[in-house]
Parts: sequence; C-alpha cells; structure tokens
Amino acid sequence: MSAELGHFALILAMLIAAVQATLPLIGAQRNMPTWIAIANPTAYVQFFLTTLAFGCLIHVYLISDFSVVNVVQNSHTDKPILYKIAGSWGNHEGSLLLWVFILALYGAAVAAFGRNLPPAFKARVLSVQAMIALGFYTFMLLTSNPFERVFPAPLNGQDLNPLLQDPGLAIHPPMLYLGYVGFSIAFSFAIAALIEGRVDAAWARWVRPWTLAAWIFLTGGITLGSWWAYYELGWGGWWFWDPVENASFMPWLAGTALLHSAVVVEKRDTLKGWTVLLAIIAFSMSLLGTFLVRSGVLTSVHAFATDPSRGVFILALLVTVIGGSLALFAWRGPQLKSTGLFQPISREGALLLNNLIMTTALAAVLLGTLYPLFIDVIGGAKISVGAPFFNAVFLPLMVPMIVAMAIGPFMNWKRGDILPALGRLRFTFLFALVAGAAAWSVETDGPFMGVIGIALAAWLGAGVIAEISERIHLFRAPLPESMRRLGRIPRSTWGMSFAHFGLALAIAGMAGAGGWKVESIQTMKPGETVNVGGYEYTFEGAQEGQGPNYTILFGKFTVRKDGEVFTVLEAEKRNYPVTRMPTTEAAIHTTLMGDLYAVIGDAEGDEGAYVTRIYYNPLVVWMWIGCIVMMFGGTLSMTDRRHRVGVPHKRQHSSASSDPVSSTS
Amino acid sequence: MRLFICLFMWTLLSALPANAVNPNEILADPGLEARARDISKGLRCLVCQNQSIDDSDASLAKDLRVLVRERITAGDSNDQVVNYVVSRYGDFVLLKPPFNLATLVLWLGPLLLILGGLTAAILFFRKNKKITAPASAPLTEAEKMRVAELMAEDNQ
Repeated sequence: MSAELGHFALILAMLIAAVQATLPLIGAQRNMPTWIAIANPTAYVQFFLTTLAFGCLIHVYLISDFSVVNVVQNSHTDKPILYKIAGSWGNHEGSLLLWVFILALYGAAVAAFGRNLPPAFKARVLSVQAMIALGFYTFMLLTSNPFERVFPAPLNGQDLNPLLQDPGLAIHPPMLYLGYVGFSIAFSFAIAALIEGRVDAAWARWVRPWTLAAWIFLTGGITLGSWWAYYELGWGGWWFWDPVENASFMPWLAGTALLHSAVVVEKRDTLKGWTVLLAIIAFSMSLLGTFLVRSGVLTSVHAFATDPSRGVFILALLVTVIGGSLALFAWRGPQLKSTGLFQPISREGALLLNNLIMTTALAAVLLGTLYPLFIDVIGGAKISVGAPFFNAVFLPLMVPMIVAMAIGPFMNWKRGDILPALGRLRFTFLFALVAGAAAWSVETDGPFMGVIGIALAAWLGAGVIAEISERIHLFRAPLPESMRRLGRIPRSTWGMSFAHFGLALAIAGMAGAGGWKVESIQTMKPGETVNVGGYEYTFEGAQEGQGPNYTILFGKFTVRKDGEVFTVLEAEKRNYPVTRMPTTEAAIHTTLMGDLYAVIGDAEGDEGAYVTRIYYNPLVVWMWIGCIVMMFGGTLSMTDRRHRVGVPHKRQHSSASSDPVSSTS
Repeated sequence: MRLFICLFMWTLLSALPANAVNPNEILADPGLEARARDISKGLRCLVCQNQSIDDSDASLAKDLRVLVRERITAGDSNDQVVNYVVSRYGDFVLLKPPFNLATLVLWLGPLLLILGGLTAAILFFRKNKKITAPASAPLTEAEKMRVAELMAEDNQ
C-alpha cells in the first residue's frame, strides 16, 4: 500500500507544482491578487505531498517490503534500523526523492517565513521554485520511480553497500542536499528580480539568510564527507579532487562568492548584475553536480551513450534551466542599474577580489573536472586530470586570497587606504613569520607548502583578532569603552570573523595533515612494536567478533609514549556476508597536535601476523574544528537582527499597517 | 566525499578500503622508497576512477607500483621512470596532464580567466571614474560656504 500511496503522492505533487509554476507567476505579471495568493497554499501542499511520498519510501524500507525494487536492491532484513532509514536515500531514485523533498521544504519555508516579501515578488519566487520541482518530478516519474514493484517478490534484499552503513554517511546526503538545493532559493530570487528588473538593498537582505543557510549546510555536508573518507577509507586521506567531490565543491565556491558580493549590493547598491549572475551560477553548479553524479557520464562517456535515458533527461533539464536563466539574464540584466561608486582599494574592491579569485578557482575546478570528458567527446587522446593538477592550479590562487582576506576587513567602504591597514597588521605579520619559522624548525627539510600553509593560517587567524581589536579600539581606548564596543558588534560582523577564523584553523589542519603526515606500513606479529611519530605501537594480536550484520576482526594496539601507556587502539576490519564486501574502521585517537591512526590489514602467514598501517596525522582535528567554526560563523550571520526583522524601517511600517487594506498594497 | 562514488556510481572497487602499498612491495632503502611513493602519487590506476596507484588496491595498480620500484632500483631518475610508464600506457596514466596542444585550454584557461577578470575590473573602474568626474567638479561659492559652516559646527 505504502508504495502506491507514495507514488500517487508524487504524481499529485507534480500536478500541484504545475499549478504553482504558472498561476502565481501570471497573477504577478497581471497584478491579480487572487492568483498571487495561490503561491503559498500550493507550496504548502506540495511540501505535504513530498513529505508523504518520502515517508512512504522510508516506511517500505522499515517494513522491508521486498516487492519494491528499490528496497530489494538496497536493503536486507538484518540491516540495523538506522541504515534501513538511511538506505532509502542511499541510491539513485531515493536520493532524487530526497532532492525534491528538500526543494519543497525550502519552498514551504519561503512561503512561511517570507512574510516581509512583497506578495508579487514572493509569488514569482515560488513559481520559479515550482518550475525546478516540476522538472525533477517529471524526471523521477518517467525514468526513476522509487516505488516500482517487482513480481514475484524475492525473499530478501541485496543489502546496502557496506561503505554506506556508517553513521556519518547516513546524515551526509541530507546535509549536502540541504546545501545544494538551498541555492535554488537564491536562484529563484535572482530570476524573480530579473523578471521585475529590480535589485536593491532589500533584495540582498532577503537573499542573504537563505544563501547563508545553504552555505552552512553545504559546508557541513562537504566536511562530513571528508571526515568519513578520513576514518573509513583507511589511509588518512580527506580530499581527493574526485569529480564527485568537485561536484559539491563548485557550488560551495560559487555560493561563497555570492555571499560576499551580496554584501556589496546590500551596503553599496552596486555589483547588482554580477550578484544575480553568481546566484544563477551557484544553483547551476548544484544542478551540474547532480547531472555529473546522476547521469553516469563520469564513469564513462560510452556507458552514458549506451543507456542515455536518464542522462539525456538531466542534460536537457540542465540546458533548459541554465540556458534559460542565462538568456533571461542577458535580456534583463542590463536593466539592473548600479549607483554606488567605489575605488579599487576599498572594502568593495576587496570583496570583488574575493569574487575574482573564487570564480577563477571555480572555473579551474570546472575545467579540470570536465576536460577529460570534453577531450573524450571530441575524440582526442584520453587524458586524466587528478589531484596533482588541481593542487598546481588551486593552491597558487588560494595564497593571494588568504593574504587579502586578513587585509580586506580593514578597508573602508568606497575608498580605503592600504598602508594604514598594513600598519595595523604588523604584529599579525610578525606572528605569521614566527609561526612559519616554528613550523620550518620542526623539520628543516620538511614540506615547503606545509610551512607556507601554517604561516598563512597564522596570518589569517591573527588578522581576524587584530581586526576585532581595531574595531573595539583595544588599548587605544579605556578598557570599559572597548568592552562596550565589543558588545555592540553586530552578529553579522561576528559571523564574518568566525567564518574567517574557522578557515584559518582549517588551513592549519590541512597544512599539518598534508605536510607532516608520518606513515608506517609493515607486517607485525603479536608483541612486536613500531615507532611512529614519537609513539610506540605494540601489536597485541587480532580477535574475531560479531556485529549486527557483519563479522569483525579486531586488531589491538597498545600505544606508549616515553614508556608510559598512552592509549589502546582497536582497529576493525568488517566483513559483510550479504554483499561479501570488507570495510575498514580505522582506530583513531585524536589529540590537539595530531591523530594517532591505526588500520589492520590482511593476515600474513600463520603466526598471527597481520599487515598493519599506522599513521600520525598532524593537526587533523583543527580541520574539523575549523569547519565547525565556519558553520557557526554562518549561523551567527544568519541570525543577525536585520535578517530576522527584515528591513529596519519595516518594523515600524508593519505596526502601522495592521489594517488589511494597506497590507495588500 | 568519496561517498558519492559509492552512493551513486557503484564503482565500488575504487572506494574499497585501501590496502594499497603492501609491506612486501616496500623497498629497503627509505630514500628510494620515498621517491617511489612520490612518483606513484602522480600515476593513475588505469582501472579505477581518478585514483593514484599509491591509493589503489587494484591488482593492476600493484603491478605498476612494483614496476616503478623496479625501475628506481635499476637506477632510473624520476623522470625516466615516469617516461617509461607513459611510453607503455600513454598520457592517460598521468594525473597531472602534460602541457601540450590538447591540454592548452586546460592549463591556460584559469590564467586567461583571471586576466580577463582583472581586465573587466579595470574597465569597470575606468567607467566609474568617468561617471564620477562631473561629480568632482569644483564647488560653487555657495557650496564652499556651506561646507565651511558645517565644518565649524562639527568642530564645536
């Protein structure tokens, strides 16, 4: 029953989306309040129906209804309940349902929380949202129905890929999609603004919290994925420049640029066209990511060509959305008149530099990701573009960006002065030099980029603190005065400081883990000891055990430092009998200075000896903390008062307009 | 993030737990071994998706790792080893593609883009200046007096 109910709800949702995509838009064009008023209820009903459909999918997973193909292919009765639920979105069809569910969720959120939006504008936004949704509903119902039945029903399922049976991975896709799909709001706002031919400070303020929300979730999603790779794949790597990673990183870069340029629109009424374009690009990158991952084009252009039904549909959707919105931009964009003027050396100039570097980095990642496909399609020699290329192009872009990041916040709006700003950063500069020298002295023939990374992290981190000190006139004004100023700093400014400081921490982590990793691979008999990164690891032997739906091999290590027992590590190797796949669970002991990381491999010979891989990964935890601090900064900024209450004068206005006549205007 | 591969592409092999470099492959000389690791990180595992032979546990990757170590032990320089592997498998094996006609756009694209962006920014500021120019015309006598008045007020 659930499957049919879910299927039916999906079809209804598609029909509702068709109504929502057209009537409110026409109503807004022709100024018909009753048609405009359709936007809100349709958004709510659409959300209700997708929630119902999504609930039905989870239900068929929970009851292990093996007459549904999707459940057969991705579940098993022995699977723990968490992964039965997570399994519903751990596959192509289910993840698409998650996609439209989140899209409808954002739509309903705009309907519910966008009370300060002009009704016609809101109607246009919700219509554009529904157009996107319509494309995805059609795609699902025509090519990827998650509720398809099978007859006769098999006795049990084929189980979920064991790598996905992990708590980190259970919440990773929803997080990532909340980010991806969140940019659809910025996109819809941009399209609605293009239709109206007007972008102003109020527009930038409306867009900002939604873009921030998407950015926070995307940051979280990328971090979770990275963290999972770190502990699960068993060699301590956390970023691989894999096409699917790039697919999530590109919208992040575009979204970060958008957040910065929207500030300029809000404060200075300029860079309007560019900001609208960035909003379109950010969501286009989300769609492109979906296309790259969903169509199978990454595995092989030829596989794509032999079974093209899904891929061609997404490609057509992609071309329609991106091409259509860019055409609209080309037509209406020139009408967006900017009034604010500014000098190259100014706060606006610094934000523009951020945009220039971010978009160039985005283009580099895009180029590197698509280039092998492109060469393959035009019939050239097959080439590979991997981590060494991306590092060679990306890192040189990031160095000037981090340098400028500490200076930018010191700049005045309109016209800044570089020399006084640099003067205020003299201690920051000294601190960066000392940090770099300290990193270099640890290992004098150590990695060049690692030392640069530590120095940059110190520069940025100290720069943030210097900026706050400057803002509160620390040591220049009496202390109570400084404290009073500290209390008056708006949340959005704290948001910036925290986000920048978080990035500084993350850079330190990346530099440490990338530069000074210690690795030791060997065969160990029980009782043998190796020294890795100043710690002595004694292998205590391996034991077998039983998990809920897998067997485990535990490898136990006693770790000593200076002869004292420091910790005991238990690395696991799991074997899932249904899929006959092994996974490794690295044993990790985190300290502030670095992670102790041990993995157990295959048995060697018959004396209880095993291949062991032991790593010391310096500063890794800084990376995770840094990402959390960045997200916290985003949250602070999102909850800034002026986003919560809308335009400052709006509040007085709303109390005055309690009579229904003026509120419809 | 490699999750996505397994989630959606089902190229499970590439995401299997790494049993990449095995103890029996490792060269006794740490210097030579470090060079081998370095070279391996730039060579692609031909049957995996975007994974270096250093990270992959595919048997073909193992063969290549052993081959790299054989060449190093035989006294080849790093470039000679890479050239040898490329001569057998083509440019496809390089994770950092060589700079040639086919990769011109790839390598120069980002550079051209940032130059284009800078040019656009310069043009933008030039245009701005033109608009500002009339605004910075000398003040009239009345305006000057008003400014003096305001300044005097401010100083009090």
